[in-house]
Amino acid sequence: MGKNKVAVVGIGQTRHQATRGDVSMGGLVREAALEALADAEMTWADIDAVVIGKAPDFFEGVMMPELYLADALGAVGKPMLRVHTAGSVGGSTALVAASLVQAGIHQRVLTVAYEKQSESEAMWALTLPIPFSPPLVAGAGGYFAPHIRAYMRRSGAPDHIGVLVALKDRQNAWKNPKAHLHEENLSFESVKDSMMLWDPLRYSETCPSSDGACAMVLTDEAGGDAAADPAWMLGGAMRSEPTMFPGRDQVNPQGGRDCAADVYRQAGITDPRRDIDVAEVYVPFSWYEPMWLENLGFAEEGSGWKLVEEGATAMDGDIPWNCSGGVLSSNPIGASGMIRFAEAALQVRGRAGEHQIDGARVALGHAYGGGSQFFAMWAVGSEKPTS
Amino acid sequence: MRDVAVVAFAQSHHVRREQQRNEVEMVMPVLHQVKADAGLDQSQIDFTCSGSTDYLAGSAFSFVMTLDGVGASPPISESHVEMDGAWALYEAWVKIQTGAADTALVYAYGKSSPGDLRSVLTRQLDPYFQAPLWPDSVAMAALQARACIEAGVTSVEEMAEVAARSRRSAADNPYAYLQGSDDPAVLLKEPEIAAPLRKHDCAPITDGAAAIILAAGDRAREISDAPAWIRGIDHRIDAHGIGLRDLTVAASARLAAEKAGVGAGPVDVAELHAPFTHQEVLVRSALGLGDGVSVNPSGGPLAANPMIAAGLIRIGEAAGRISRGEAGRAVAHATSGPCLQQNLVCVLEGSNT
Repeated sequence: MGKNKVAVVGIGQTRHQATRGDVSMGGLVREAALEALADAEMTWADIDAVVIGKAPDFFEGVMMPELYLADALGAVGKPMLRVHTAGSVGGSTALVAASLVQAGIHQRVLTVAYEKQSESEAMWALTLPIPFSPPLVAGAGGYFAPHIRAYMRRSGAPDHIGVLVALKDRQNAWKNPKAHLHEENLSFESVKDSMMLWDPLRYSETCPSSDGACAMVLTDEAGGDAAADPAWMLGGAMRSEPTMFPGRDQVNPQGGRDCAADVYRQAGITDPRRDIDVAEVYVPFSWYEPMWLENLGFAEEGSGWKLVEEGATAMDGDIPWNCSGGVLSSNPIGASGMIRFAEAALQVRGRAGEHQIDGARVALGHAYGGGSQFFAMWAVGSEKPTS
Repeated sequence: MRDVAVVAFAQSHHVRREQQRNEVEMVMPVLHQVKADAGLDQSQIDFTCSGSTDYLAGSAFSFVMTLDGVGASPPISESHVEMDGAWALYEAWVKIQTGAADTALVYAYGKSSPGDLRSVLTRQLDPYFQAPLWPDSVAMAALQARACIEAGVTSVEEMAEVAARSRRSAADNPYAYLQGSDDPAVLLKEPEIAAPLRKHDCAPITDGAAAIILAAGDRAREISDAPAWIRGIDHRIDAHGIGLRDLTVAASARLAAEKAGVGAGPVDVAELHAPFTHQEVLVRSALGLGDGVSVNPSGGPLAANPMIAAGLIRIGEAAGRISRGEAGRAVAHATSGPCLQQNLVCVLEGSNT
């Protein structure tokens, strides 16, 4: 039995910022959902089901908040699912929503992801326990910095690569009015001279903590055919692996490679650098751009940093990554993955505004979470897939 | 729709307080058991989906550590819902419907004992207008029970009968925590803990885990001699605020039952996730179950209610009745949220119906 085709016909995002004290959690998700509905030229009544995702409930102090948000999201009397797959959740949530359409169960699904990080201090929640070790309480940066060091040692990448990534993404953010960070007086020196937080990660190479939400309306083939500028889903996949096991490669995890291979197979992508026009990839710390360039098959192992240095991932490069400014410029954690998926769809719809890549036809959206162990990805295109 | 069946089910011996084992140690034997029963190893399972909540585990990302119990190396196609495992099963069923999987492992666990569950569940409420008042789950259920009694939906006598019947049925269930009961007349002499609820009206706080394997079509027939086929499954949610809905009807349960096709045939057995006695009466009515239906022969949640796993267990118990030939058509129900806010209904049948 073949899957039904899925189209993205509506996309909405909040204005992301450090504290959205002007809205409740319900107000935050509605801001994104209403924009997505307006984009899709739909109302709440047109929606068959709601799939919501966010990272840990402790971030806002609300247990299973979908129960409280059912009213705000027009879900009363409808099916409502709540996904949580760590940092990859925004992507996984979109994929679960898509599966409802692929399975032929629903025609129009609203999917929403959010985080209101100003309600708490994410640093504590993001300190994963490491077996047989005292708790570091060093947050995600403390967890990932040693793996970045391992990457630098393996690849021989020079120290300034991370600075280049951060500079590029923060410059791109100026073209995205929704982005959280619009840094004044941004320069190579300003990034390089920022405080060292977790060697080799500097303050300016680290994602912010944001309040924000993202929403999409997904439809079946008929809905996509009726839309002016749909993005068509070409492939999607999730992969998970344990945090720790002997021999695990945390720099270039098997789960990420397998997930990408699955998406590429579905989408008919054989050479990602050639076949994909633009990518929105989850890069919360600068160095994850060269690491994921290799993990996702855009570069040979050990040479991802060379693409960064050449400017290949800049907006005027041959494979622009994170034209929206990426996670380095906006990070409402639970929504960050869905923002990647949505930004990929915006590009192939030609609706990314100032950060649009002209003529983008195939785009990749990527999210990861946990200790580089949960992966969710999709490929979207401007043309309806034939199979 | 593809034909999808429950082909294996396993659960822990549920206890009031699991002090020796952490969550991963609690869930791991159940995962090993369900895979052994199905004769599958992890590499033969196309999709895995779990349900859990960090608010019971007391740590963020608690599902990450239980993934260690699955054996996810090499990497697996996997997802997680912060909901009862019944919804994880729904997600897995959807995945199989897309054709991307033929087999799926679903598991869920809940260890409520380390915290004060009644306080913990207040964090589930609207954070601006309700949660600051800390109305606990038993008090809110009591308001619903009072409304039901005043509306003539049930009575304290009927509620005591539900309690006694459930815990007596549990005597035949080796996994249940509370087994056996005094007569309803004796129960009614006990004091009220949140009027009109007495202790016997409330599900026990329980620690436990459960797992199910789903398989499609011929794959299900290869794995099991007697698959329990899912003929309909649907879930719906009601308004959150208890002042925004009629507490004497479970509207979303009624709607889910309609969509799942409960009324399309006679029901032999129903496993209902009603953590309070009056809620069994409500759900029975919402699902349109007549007097001839055997309700919660396992003892149901009044005998063992490991939160987050208890809904999934209802599906496993109903499937077990089918697979053992004790029922031809069974209904399973799961709930979440205050006063039956969210409900899932699943209809299962044997091969001969």
